[in-house]
Amino acid sequence: MEKKVIVYSTKTCPYCKLAKEFLKNNNIEFIDYDVGEDREKLEEMIKKSGQMGVPTIDIDGEIIVGFDKERLKQVLGI
Amino acid sequence: MKLYELIIIGAGPAGLTAGIYAARKKMDFIIITEDIGGMTKYSWDIENYLGYQFITGPELVEKFREHINEFNVEIREGQKVIEVLKDEENFKISTKTDTYFTKTIIIATGRRPKELNVKGEKEFRNKGITYCATCDAPLFRDKIVGVIGGGNSGLDAVLQLSRIAKKIYLIEIKDHLTGDFFVINKIKKIDKVEIFTNTKVVEIYGDKFVQGIKIIKNNEIIELKVDGLFVEIGSIPNSEIIDFVEKNQYNEIIVDCKNRTSHKGVFAAGDVTNVFAKQIIVACGEGAKAAISSFEYLKYL
Repeated sequence: MEKKVIVYSTKTCPYCKLAKEFLKNNNIEFIDYDVGEDREKLEEMIKKSGQMGVPTIDIDGEIIVGFDKERLKQVLGI
Repeated sequence: MKLYELIIIGAGPAGLTAGIYAARKKMDFIIITEDIGGMTKYSWDIENYLGYQFITGPELVEKFREHINEFNVEIREGQKVIEVLKDEENFKISTKTDTYFTKTIIIATGRRPKELNVKGEKEFRNKGITYCATCDAPLFRDKIVGVIGGGNSGLDAVLQLSRIAKKIYLIEIKDHLTGDFFVINKIKKIDKVEIFTNTKVVEIYGDKFVQGIKIIKNNEIIELKVDGLFVEIGSIPNSEIIDFVEKNQYNEIIVDCKNRTSHKGVFAAGDVTNVFAKQIIVACGEGAKAAISSFEYLKYL
């Protein structure tokens, strides 16, 4: 079954852009929340990850902070 | 044990350009680096790199990566060099897991953001403290924030935050802001910016996240409540890995116009050196020079 992927990002963060491109290039569907605009989602991100760095990526409950290509590959199984 | 002609340490603009030149000269070499791109990755708007009217740091790094991949360059990514030692006429380079031997070296290890070294800094990293205003400024909408450092990067952070945050404290240790005059004037006109000069940060405190800072001005401790803290106090060279070349008072490796250091066979390029102007395009040029210089040196060895 496909994993549910959520990306918490800001418009200006270079790594958010790279992370999203990486997911797109690998045909991974994801929901993208702009936590610079969406306060509720920012709170959600902080609650889940205990920190404020972006991008924060939630893959079926597994939290990855930053654009960590190797971990993404591992968790996504690609 | 294999003896390389050249080992390049670092893969920012300087190291990668050196790699391209060395590859075209068919030198027997590798690049050892922690990551590709170095500090360039953290730049947002780049408008002064020839050939691109506008490009972001990560995009430029991807271009660099594509370019170096055109040549079959062996890049040992994810390896941090711990030390460089002399080995008779040659050099020995150690990482955590491996040892390499080489006839020449190009040190292109760049710089890293300076830390404040105050209580609470490590604890609250990414929990209110950030070193990348471009990345994290939007998270502080309607919040109270502090920006440490009144140089150009600090002022840039204040400008970005002025459209987002509710209140901004700009804190500078010197008696005046040191950035460009034009930007300082702009910032002084923004109501929600409060400027503290002659002021030192002594502690960052909080619970799970940053809640405030303690600063000293005129021998008086003041507490400021902040939700976020942007540290923009400059950078330091990553020059600790080598101790047998001359460095200046800022710990930058001293190079001549051919990128030679004080020790034969050791070259250095880019922001880790005393080169004038720490710029991406300058670092590229320096990397090119260092590779050519190493090639010339080997020819007459």
